[in-house]
Amino acid sequence: MELITGQDVSKVYHNGGVSTEALKGVSFSIEEGAFVSFVGPSGSGKTTLLNLIGCLDKPSGGRLLVAGTDVAGLGRTDAAIFRGSHIGFIFQSFNLIPVLTAYENVEYPLIVVQNVPASTRRKQVMELLAAVGMSDQQAKRPDQLSGGQKQRVAIARALVTHPKLVLADEPTANLDHDTAMAILRLMKKIRDERDTTFVFSTHDHRIIGEAEVLYRLEDGVLKTNGANGGRGNG
Amino acid sequence: MGNLIKIAGRNLFRYKRRTLLTLSLIVIGVLFVTGFMAVTGSFKGMMIGQITDSFVGHMQIHRKGYLAAIDTLPLTMNLKPQAVKKVEAVLKEMPEIEAYTKRIKFGGMFSNFTETTNIRLNGVDPEMEVKTVPLLLPRIIEGEKAIKKGEILVPELLAKGMKVKVGDMVVVIATNKDGSVNGKQLKVAGIMESATGPGGRDGYVHMDDAVDILRMDEPEISEIAIRIQDFNRLHDVFGKLEAALSGEMNKQGKPVFEVHTWEKLSPFYTIASMIDMMTLFVKIMLVAIVLISIMNVMIMAVYERVREIGTIAAIGTLPRKILAMFLIEGLLMGAIGAVIGSILSGVTIYALHAAQISFDFGRQTGLILAPTVDLVALATISGIVIGVSILASFQPALKAARMDPIEALGHV
Repeated sequence: MELITGQDVSKVYHNGGVSTEALKGVSFSIEEGAFVSFVGPSGSGKTTLLNLIGCLDKPSGGRLLVAGTDVAGLGRTDAAIFRGSHIGFIFQSFNLIPVLTAYENVEYPLIVVQNVPASTRRKQVMELLAAVGMSDQQAKRPDQLSGGQKQRVAIARALVTHPKLVLADEPTANLDHDTAMAILRLMKKIRDERDTTFVFSTHDHRIIGEAEVLYRLEDGVLKTNGANGGRGNG
Repeated sequence: MGNLIKIAGRNLFRYKRRTLLTLSLIVIGVLFVTGFMAVTGSFKGMMIGQITDSFVGHMQIHRKGYLAAIDTLPLTMNLKPQAVKKVEAVLKEMPEIEAYTKRIKFGGMFSNFTETTNIRLNGVDPEMEVKTVPLLLPRIIEGEKAIKKGEILVPELLAKGMKVKVGDMVVVIATNKDGSVNGKQLKVAGIMESATGPGGRDGYVHMDDAVDILRMDEPEISEIAIRIQDFNRLHDVFGKLEAALSGEMNKQGKPVFEVHTWEKLSPFYTIASMIDMMTLFVKIMLVAIVLISIMNVMIMAVYERVREIGTIAAIGTLPRKILAMFLIEGLLMGAIGAVIGSILSGVTIYALHAAQISFDFGRQTGLILAPTVDLVALATISGIVIGVSILASFQPALKAARMDPIEALGHV
């Protein structure tokens, strides 16, 4: 079943009278539970596409459906609500809240975004921290964690709201090889257990190799797509 | 909400030095304002008490137009016995009135048999007068603390100038409203300390002597001074009394009486108003300190946490919650500053109270400063600080709430 469908999606940025076409009529579809990577050089449009899928931005043209919702029609608040209930985010620089512990960072979306009662929050958070192997580091703040540990916490935060989709923009760019591979394996394991769809943007060959479905972008145009040895298809 | 407060609290102490500096500013501001209010309030309260309890009373009733002509003490504008009875009937019906006194005020000549000068006198009923202005008798610095028939209380400066002392005989001569001159020998029973304000340098005689000197068939009263039970309700009681007397009209259909609070009767009210104005300016300074310091901190907080704001917005935090998070941060800072400031103010004011600082005002020396601040005043100042803190945080909070997540996430 398709979770994301893009039909002739385009995005044009206007800056000081200059128009830049970041995406030029891109069409694609992503199945539920897929492990997908958008690859391409800097400026190819992969981050733009992820922003559109993540309802952080709106397409200039075409149609983009995420979990059955036409995201172009969402207002600012509705988009935030949609993200909070359907999408998890993993960032290149982890983007944990520095004043909160690992536990509190994972708990944050449940409190502020989903208003989950305290009685059920603890179970959910502990479950995710255990899944990413961070149970014993839960009381530490981000500045006391290594890069890999931070990214594990970020993954737990992205998954704690049980999103259908996790978007990860260059998730391994700031990690060493072993840690990056461990993080990728962890994400794949979680995908297998929870059937969560993972979509990455990257130019990291390690991720490219691990992706099951690969889309290659160049100058805002989708050049190649298809299976990459995994279970999804394009 | 509890979790938002926890996050806001931690964010505040992310930059400890900056937060502590800002808190110090707020604390000093609160301390300064409450201290100023307590000291000036004490001074004001004491002076108002001195003036009202020494001679003015809390309110006065005159015949309409008397106050405008009070410098000449016009006997033709005194209240007739019938009018006085009406006033007394009203006053006796009002439970808020603690006491009142009737006065015949007149100007005359004061002679020690070798020298003569002019004098302003009050003919009073001693019992009623003392109940209404209880600090009158303590102003008698020499002689018996009483006002008896055939005796006169002479103001200190006049006694010195005329070289009279307690026990001396003097003559008071006055012209009555018909133009007839009369005099009476009186014994100096006491020397009175001067007080600040109109009437503060008047002499006192018994009302019967005033009636004799002015050759009145019945006492015609110049003014009725009133003391109320609760000074804090002055304006309520004034309104009630004025309403009760406003129905009395003369033959021309104009009001017979005029009622005034001490504020209209004493020039000290101008000083009291200036103190209030200064207090207002000090409060405005506090508002400015809180506004600028908190706004500065919050602007910096938003600027330094742009990526963080982008992150929380991206993961689905609603703009209104981002707004609330920053508003709570500002509110917390204001509230912490207000609480610490209030506690320190209480301690400082208690210490000032305990130190028994004395001061002089005019001819009154050795007045003890008794600064106090009530919980309502502290709550008001704290409320102002917290309100201004929220106000100061609003613009930075709004900026954070409206931030575009993509731009914020890309901020370096």
